[in-house]
Amino acid sequence: MAEAKKGAFMTWIDDRFPFTETMQYHMTKYYAPKNFNFWYYFGVLSMVMLVIQIVTGIFLTMNYKPDGAKAFASVEYIMRDVNFGDILRYMHSTGASFFFIVVYLHMFRALLYGSYQKPRELIWVFGMVIYLCLMAEAFMGYLLPWGQMSYWGAQVIINLFNTIPFIGPALTEWVRGDYIVSDITLNRFFAFHVIALPLVLAALVFLHIVALHHVGSNNPDGIDIKKNKDENGVPKDGIAFHPYYTVKDTFGLSVFLTFFFAVVFFMPEMGGYFLEHANFIPADPLKTPEHIAPVWYFTPFYAMLRAVPPIAGSAFPGVMVMFGAIIVLFFLPWLDRGKVRSIRYRSSMYKVLLGLFVVSFVVLGYYGIQPPSFWGTLLSRICTFYYFAYFALLWWMSGNETTKPLPERVTS
Amino acid sequence: MIKATTLAIAGAAMLGLSSLAHAAGTGYALQSPNIDVGNERSLQRGARTFVNHCMTCHSLGFMRYSRVAEDLGIPPKMVEDNLIFAVDDAGKSLKVTSMMDSAMSTEYGKQAFGVAPPDLSLTARSRGEAWLYTYLKSFYVDESRTGVGSNNTVLKGSAMPNVFWQLQGHQSPVLKDPNDPKSEVIGVEPLTAGTQSAEEFDKTVTDLVNFLSYAAEPGQERRRSIGMWVLLFMFVFTGLAWVLKKEYWRDVH
Repeated sequence: MAEAKKGAFMTWIDDRFPFTETMQYHMTKYYAPKNFNFWYYFGVLSMVMLVIQIVTGIFLTMNYKPDGAKAFASVEYIMRDVNFGDILRYMHSTGASFFFIVVYLHMFRALLYGSYQKPRELIWVFGMVIYLCLMAEAFMGYLLPWGQMSYWGAQVIINLFNTIPFIGPALTEWVRGDYIVSDITLNRFFAFHVIALPLVLAALVFLHIVALHHVGSNNPDGIDIKKNKDENGVPKDGIAFHPYYTVKDTFGLSVFLTFFFAVVFFMPEMGGYFLEHANFIPADPLKTPEHIAPVWYFTPFYAMLRAVPPIAGSAFPGVMVMFGAIIVLFFLPWLDRGKVRSIRYRSSMYKVLLGLFVVSFVVLGYYGIQPPSFWGTLLSRICTFYYFAYFALLWWMSGNETTKPLPERVTS
Repeated sequence: MIKATTLAIAGAAMLGLSSLAHAAGTGYALQSPNIDVGNERSLQRGARTFVNHCMTCHSLGFMRYSRVAEDLGIPPKMVEDNLIFAVDDAGKSLKVTSMMDSAMSTEYGKQAFGVAPPDLSLTARSRGEAWLYTYLKSFYVDESRTGVGSNNTVLKGSAMPNVFWQLQGHQSPVLKDPNDPKSEVIGVEPLTAGTQSAEEFDKTVTDLVNFLSYAAEPGQERRRSIGMWVLLFMFVFTGLAWVLKKEYWRDVH
């Protein structure tokens, strides 16, 4: 059909660049399962968030000054004197939180339907590297407004390197480029935030999608749609990504943006969760805030850091636990030995384990925001323990799991 | 089932928690003023109070007089004549396009008070309106404090004197144990009458906090009014996108 209608112009292009071929491979002849549900919006939403962050970031960079003496004032300049500067800034700051919301839901989708399982291990690994980069990107971006929380948050996190035996202090100094977080630190974080990490992120997202389109999308039933093809070689349960999923995603995106803009225009601080109150005070290296808390998307890991008691006066075990919590996720495709992918056909044991895993992650996130307390520490310890235990239990349980029979075709 | 519970948990975790406290520490119950940055008259009164009572020591370093003139509907000439008292280093009166810097240098502030009086451009956002409102109403006479002669229940040992004593009158502390002068101060009560009644003074402070709230983000009213149009567009567009999706998906079985 496409070939028949192709005019002279497209022929000219296609002789020189695989335009039609690429469009077909990734869009019009990419057959996605027809039973995608609510959870399948968050992939495309993550991509849209990346674009929003890059575009608003470009405009913010035009007026922001990466200079310890000017940074805070330049943000206020953007807020007050730049045309629509406040909206650009709020889109970017709200965007950071929304990016993490959609990424967390996107990752949870993979857990629900076993999207990391064979043959999609590399998609998961690329995704995990994206997540790591995103955390670095958000952390470095948070220093740029040069408020009290920017400054002291960076101070606390950079000091984690200090706990590494032998090389810690030298490494910390190397990362900061100074004896304290200073203008030098701000400048290098700016460089990483606006160019280095966005480039890496864009490349990784490309790889993530190339890998996905190579093996094909999973679906809520976790069955392989390529096993059932019609006479034209099209999966019977597959529909063309364009136009079916492009129109569906347009609708999903529109709903998402409604929520996004409601926050941007009406509650950009989100009660202190998206923009922390203390960050409206310029950075002061001589005055430590009473309570230093990272932004909400880091708090589950921060709670783990605080939950682990120091051993022989060193907080290094806590740091290892915190990073370990992220590293262990990389191995999920090999730790889960399950024979079916989707939670719909897995054992009740699996459902309980996964449910508790989500509960501990959320509880950790909550206590990571709160000041330390007896119950907070106790619950954080229990949840940290369970977070790691989940992976061991999953490996043990999935080796010999009683699953429900899979359907031949996808269910609607 | 699992979907519903996990969604509920995630939703509660992300959005449903109560706001983070603005200023932890004192534990003194804060009163919330009735803030309305759309009330131009209130903002004008607040601006007047600010330049008369606060600006000798405190600046609004991110705010221009001209912006206040424009947003509050005050003619620039009137602002120059009635709101600008500060001078620049050469001793010349500031222009309407100047930043609202205080008359006091940071160095002098440090000498006089021990700490330089902070810039108040963003205090309504860092401390919160309730904090400002309660703080300004909670000064009490404390002769033990040389120089300022007052203390504050919200910010113990505040270096700031009660600049509103003429309007409010003096207040005395309410002690937890009335027989023990060293016991904790849990409130304040009127000691002498000021030129304003309690209600009038509450209104003065509300207007001032309202002005500071406006000054912390002068574009907030405009942001919300643009937001209404954006959301209206999103509702319409979402509806159209749904209809389009329905139409395309009719042939998917």
